[in-house]
Amino acid sequence: MAGSGTAHLRDDALLRVENLVVEFGVKGTGQKVRAVSNISFDVADGETLGLVGESGCGKSTTGKAVMQLPPPTGGTVRFDGVDLTALKGEELRRMRPKLQMIFQDPISSLNPRRTISQIVAEPLKIWNRGDAAAQQAKVNEVLTAVGVDAEAAGVRRPHEFSGGQCQRISIARAVVTDPKLIICDEPVSALDVSVQAQVLNLLEDMKARYGLTMIFIAHDLAVVKNISDRVAVMYLGKMCEVGTPDQLFGECAHPYTRALISAIPHPDPERETTHEWRLEGDLPSPLDPPSGCRFRTRCPNAQEMCATVEPQMTEVGHAGSGHFVACHYPLVETAVTVG
Amino acid sequence: MSHDVLEPDDGVLDASTGGVLLEVDDLSVHFDTPRGVVRAVDGLSFRLRRGKTLGIVGESGSGKSVTSKAIMGLLPRSGRTQTGSIRYEGRELNGLDAAGYRELWGTEMSMVFQDPMTSLNPVMKIGAQITESLRLNLGMDRQTAKETAIGLLRAVRIPAPEKRFGEYPGQLSGGMRQRVVIAVALACGPKLLFADEPTTALDVTVQAQILDLLDDQQRERFMAMVLVTHDLGVVAGRADEIAVMYAGRIVEHATTRSLFTNLAMPYTEALLNSIPKLENPSHTRLDAIGGSPPNLVAPPPGCAFAPRCPYAQDRCREERPELTEVPGDPGHLVACFYPVNESSVAVRAGGGA
Repeated sequence: MAGSGTAHLRDDALLRVENLVVEFGVKGTGQKVRAVSNISFDVADGETLGLVGESGCGKSTTGKAVMQLPPPTGGTVRFDGVDLTALKGEELRRMRPKLQMIFQDPISSLNPRRTISQIVAEPLKIWNRGDAAAQQAKVNEVLTAVGVDAEAAGVRRPHEFSGGQCQRISIARAVVTDPKLIICDEPVSALDVSVQAQVLNLLEDMKARYGLTMIFIAHDLAVVKNISDRVAVMYLGKMCEVGTPDQLFGECAHPYTRALISAIPHPDPERETTHEWRLEGDLPSPLDPPSGCRFRTRCPNAQEMCATVEPQMTEVGHAGSGHFVACHYPLVETAVTVG
Repeated sequence: MSHDVLEPDDGVLDASTGGVLLEVDDLSVHFDTPRGVVRAVDGLSFRLRRGKTLGIVGESGSGKSVTSKAIMGLLPRSGRTQTGSIRYEGRELNGLDAAGYRELWGTEMSMVFQDPMTSLNPVMKIGAQITESLRLNLGMDRQTAKETAIGLLRAVRIPAPEKRFGEYPGQLSGGMRQRVVIAVALACGPKLLFADEPTTALDVTVQAQILDLLDDQQRERFMAMVLVTHDLGVVAGRADEIAVMYAGRIVEHATTRSLFTNLAMPYTEALLNSIPKLENPSHTRLDAIGGSPPNLVAPPPGCAFAPRCPYAQDRCREERPELTEVPGDPGHLVACFYPVNESSVAVRAGGGA
């Protein structure tokens, strides 16, 4: 699954990421880690793309590379027709209000010394959007939209709020510049299940209200299925499978997706746990990734070919299904391309 | 396994305690804070039999971790008031000092914490962290301790245990570190293991491995386990009994099967409903629990869940429900005046009109 290739990309997407590569130098060794190794994906306008995988698979790095934080080592990131990787300095800065991020830990992502209203107003101040009164009105509007009482909360500081409320405030700050694309990096993994449900519902509301497009990075598959229109599965810096949630969870084609799904604990004691697809061991080191398909060392279906040839993204199911997998021996038959 | 010394006792039920290993009765833990007295645990009672698993489920602040730390004697002394009784093999533990507890830690009871990154000493080799307690508690010599430790590493399925023995925690992944933490906890053959969110910091694939490992080791050693988690999915397949905690109290306690088939407490229902389900189509609206957990300094006078409960009546806001048995389901306890299932159907119909 070292899934490379761009067969799965659509023409009319808002965000089109092609052959993205992110490398980091390893201190003192001169070696380089390829955290993201030649992946491609796209997000259509108004769509939510779920990005899943184990820790260390490069999903957060991918999200940050889209934001040019830092700019990727290679590949292109076309957003709204503009290649972000070609932009420098002021040009890139001008694009930033259109792309926003929401992070995992809501408390540490808010400045503890500022009041809530200062935190949410800061992007507007930086961009000189309207006068003070207009800015305050906008701040009140977004705070109310995320379910925080603007009057009472505005003068308080982050430590006075619970994790769930801080995440609401982070969402308010992200939408205050009227962005087009929001990248949510594990936005609910630090929250309790009851609060998690509130924040997920809120994200859906915000998406509808402000016409947002989202990339939702998470390791919880049930959460990702709930919120996404399309889901991309990553493993060790590569793309394994892309499809709608129903395709992925109904008839997944990649053995790794299968293993991920079967590892989910279910709140139902009657359910048989199957060990057939249980993965052994850990993620291999990205410093020295396996040859060919990177998943082969943990894959129950691996054959000789997997060690030598890197699989490319190929459509499965019927032609035009939009369900792509990078595997030599997928669990679903590959589509027969007509003509 | 080779190390016979580590095998637990043969599991013959002790006649005097009827197989009950741990009995907690009316346990309360209060902390003095500048904001007032926090009632972290308030009147908690349960029993745990040898070799069984009790799952304690609740949100942050429900008192689930304080409960296990109180039983283990790991809470700070200052500012804490602890009342009630904790009987372990018939012996009272409440009020026991650190020296008294030291005889129990490791050999009788031990704990696996949530974060494998911080629960190991980063500047001490893995091997030394395991042999430390073997030599101290069981008086093993260096060589036996080393052999036993390598056996333990193998038992928790760490590849190349001889090599890992001489490595530092920083050289291992999170999942591997949690295996080491488990090896340390199991080293002296405890009869009771507390696992406090043992897999919350881990990936879902590794989580499944670690839970399987705990399962196997528990069965092999006939060890009782208290599995503390916020995830009902984690306990559903693993625990014999489940206690659901809310605001420092047990609000529902039943066998796992009974809890899931004959759920009685509206809070448990709300908790289950708020989890996204794989069976549901995308963009299904989640039933979030409105509001937030109560302030434990000044909890509401009646049922602590009443302000967030869809079925709450006037009585719930004035009077606190005690744990009582659900009619027709022996052993299934619930602290609710209007449990889900029977009466609440009528209440819901009436209240909705």
